[in-house]
Amino acid sequence: MPVDPMLSEYSDLLFKGALTVYVLAMVFHAVEYVSSRTRGAVPEKVAHEPAAVGARGTGSADLGVVGEENADVPPPPVSARKAGRSRADRFGRMGVSLTILAVLLHLGSIVLRGLATERWPLGNMYEFTSAICLAAMVAWLVVLQRTAKRTRGLRKLGVFVLAPVLILMFLAGTVLYAQAAPVVPALRSYWLVVHVTTVTLASGLFVVPGVASILYLMKRSGKPAGFTAKLPEADVLDRLAYRVTVVAFPMYTFAVIAGAIWAEAAWGRFWGWDPKETVAFVAWVIYAAYLHARATAGWRHVGAAWINILGLAAIIFNLFFINMVVAGLHSYAGLG
Amino acid sequence: MSSPPTAPPAPPEAPPQPPRRPGGGRAVLALLRNAWRGLTSMRTALVLLFLLALASLPGALLPQRSLNQQLVDQYFTDHPRLAPLLDGVGAFEIFATPWFAAIYLLLMISLVGCLTPRSLEYLRAMRQKPVATPRNLARMPHHAEGVVDGAPDEVLERVRGLVKGWRRAEREEAGGRSVSAERGFLRETGNLVFHVSLVGLLVGIAVGKLFGYEGQVIVLANGSQFCNTSILGYDSFRPGLRVDGTELDPFCIRVDSFAAEYLPNGQPEQYTAELGYQTAEDVRAGDTATWRADTLSVNHPLRLDGERVYLLNHGYAPRFTVTWPDGQQRTGEIQWQPVDTTTYLSQGATKFERPGIADDATRQRSSIAITGLFAPTSSGGQVVTSTFPDLLAPEAAIDVMRGDLGLDDGRGQSIFSVDQSKVDSGELVRVARENMVPGQEITLDDGTKVRFDDVTQWVALQVSHDPGQLTVLVFAILVLLGLGLSLSVKRRRFWVRVVPAGEDPDGRARSRVELGGLARTDRAGYGEEFDRLRAELLGPAAGTTAGTTGAPAPATSRQDGGD
Repeated sequence: MPVDPMLSEYSDLLFKGALTVYVLAMVFHAVEYVSSRTRGAVPEKVAHEPAAVGARGTGSADLGVVGEENADVPPPPVSARKAGRSRADRFGRMGVSLTILAVLLHLGSIVLRGLATERWPLGNMYEFTSAICLAAMVAWLVVLQRTAKRTRGLRKLGVFVLAPVLILMFLAGTVLYAQAAPVVPALRSYWLVVHVTTVTLASGLFVVPGVASILYLMKRSGKPAGFTAKLPEADVLDRLAYRVTVVAFPMYTFAVIAGAIWAEAAWGRFWGWDPKETVAFVAWVIYAAYLHARATAGWRHVGAAWINILGLAAIIFNLFFINMVVAGLHSYAGLG
Repeated sequence: MSSPPTAPPAPPEAPPQPPRRPGGGRAVLALLRNAWRGLTSMRTALVLLFLLALASLPGALLPQRSLNQQLVDQYFTDHPRLAPLLDGVGAFEIFATPWFAAIYLLLMISLVGCLTPRSLEYLRAMRQKPVATPRNLARMPHHAEGVVDGAPDEVLERVRGLVKGWRRAEREEAGGRSVSAERGFLRETGNLVFHVSLVGLLVGIAVGKLFGYEGQVIVLANGSQFCNTSILGYDSFRPGLRVDGTELDPFCIRVDSFAAEYLPNGQPEQYTAELGYQTAEDVRAGDTATWRADTLSVNHPLRLDGERVYLLNHGYAPRFTVTWPDGQQRTGEIQWQPVDTTTYLSQGATKFERPGIADDATRQRSSIAITGLFAPTSSGGQVVTSTFPDLLAPEAAIDVMRGDLGLDDGRGQSIFSVDQSKVDSGELVRVARENMVPGQEITLDDGTKVRFDDVTQWVALQVSHDPGQLTVLVFAILVLLGLGLSLSVKRRRFWVRVVPAGEDPDGRARSRVELGGLARTDRAGYGEEFDRLRAELLGPAAGTTAGTTGAPAPATSRQDGGD
């Protein structure tokens, strides 16, 4: 199976282009964040369960209710909104536009890789780290688009989503980079498309709640004050984390099951506690614990956020450490 | 272990304290009951989940016997003091240790203990009418009210149309009527399906561990056969706990050929083995003449009724012919072991006993072994190494050893090497060293001729039998469906109270309508649906009051942020 060097070259160029535009987008979002209006400068009221709402309503963790507690933060005065766009707003909009541009370049890079090698472009660490970043950024844009009408103030979080994604992309482009090449026989299966694509998507999605949970904890702690004051309300962050997690978790479950079906065909057993499988299981259990924590008194807020961060840590650990350090059946990283 | 999304009516982690009374029996009962409550509480489930994650981690970080015995041995060499300690707690076979089993069994008990009352509660709720409309709807998280045209009956008719498909009840109230509607029971269904399926999944896995087996065997790809008649036919065999190796399905495999395709850089592209097989039914029916054809390749196992046959590995078996001075001739062909998985440089030992000698001692002393390296694509030169995995320019760098191989010692020895102790003791002596290509022949000092005939490929096959596999698959799919349902369906309630509100100036009846809404799940985002219902009933411009605080808010329920 020949590799088209021209297409592969263009793919690399697009990757670099995307990286550059992401950096620019991050700078714009950073400016947006710094120049954004401080919200909730008043020490935030601790969100607590509302008094009994109806006989059966108690204990139901309706986040809408929790959000209610902050309803007394006055909405921005209409005059201020109409009087031309603020600097933060202008930079934020440009940041989003740049992110969209970068996502398109990034997508182009991945598509060209696939065309160059005539296979699904998820065959080594470089390729799926790149794809995870794309998934994270697309997830972020979808979140922005879906919340644009109702929740203001999420957009300036762009800088915090872009930062880890840029680190990953930088690693992908340097340490993990692998020349476009065909893959080994074990990877020639349509299950590669199913399993690796879904696991990549889910991993990318998990980045967003991980970041949201970190910011949530910082917001709750209120330190450093100047930084956290500009963050959206804690419950907005918490809800963002939860809602992306409940999309990513079933997808991840599907990916693991698809992996098991593939393993049955390729390796002779559906589950063999290969290091990668083991850590995938650990990550799954952690995210299951996250969902349970959200229904357990005393764990609903800070505890759950920590668990979500732990889950992302497990996903990243599985991606890097297990592929690069531990020898196992999943060692197809294309390194060394 | 109850599920995350809906909070059960009574928080299990705070059971009412049972009255303390003296009396041994009661105390024991109370203790048991408290232990049970503790075990089935969500908090315990959470702790057990953590333990499970924590306990699995060493399985990824430490070498495991089930995966790679050599790495475990290496670990023992590298950490002579730590390794035995770790071994004591089963760290090298984490997933087979009793304490790992204890964690997941406790988790399963906790799960069942939590599910049973939940299922009952769920069934009860299914039969009950939706809860009565609260007196004060303004206290609901979503609330709106207004006066609309139409008599209460007309308004109620519209309400019925809007909440079609909801479970609902209408009640007469002082001064008016109310409708309570609820929706989203599938969430709880999904939740139950998810957890029950987890138990089913575990049962399926257990069946596989009890009654399944896995065996590996190397077969020469020159028409050689393998029959699954006993575990003796295998090179290695891993039986399930209830498998004793008898009553295997007696199918047979004949490997006709093997082919590997490589890229120019030596990276393999595809492996395929052409084979014929006879199913257990064929063999039992006595039909041993016909062979069904199949092509085995990576990702494409041969699936028989109960067993699956996989192509795991391949390698080379050089064929040598030894001709003794008395004219006796023997041909030997046995697999050599790949030592380099990229170039398939292989090493091995092909052993011959001298035929036609009656005296045991003499026969033993005149055995011949051909050992050394085999390169499928030789580098050439004095020191042979392999440069490519395919059979392009085969060459063998061999030592011919003569003497006592120790084959009659009664001790097992490696098929890939000669017994070094025999070499050390001088009972086995090297009589020639040569680099040979196929067709080449050398003559030893005593006139014995050794010829390198040709090279045959061998394949390593794995036979797997897992009777629980289909069960596991079915439950895994149910787990996924249950999860999807329980995380995507929103459980919510909606109330409407309608009271007459006099007449408008034209004399038409008007009604005062009050709406309340409550999402009963962790997932926010009921607001949009409520807003839609509100707009339908009260008109788009109708004001909303946002729940508890009663603060005026823009036209939408702001609290529902990002739906």
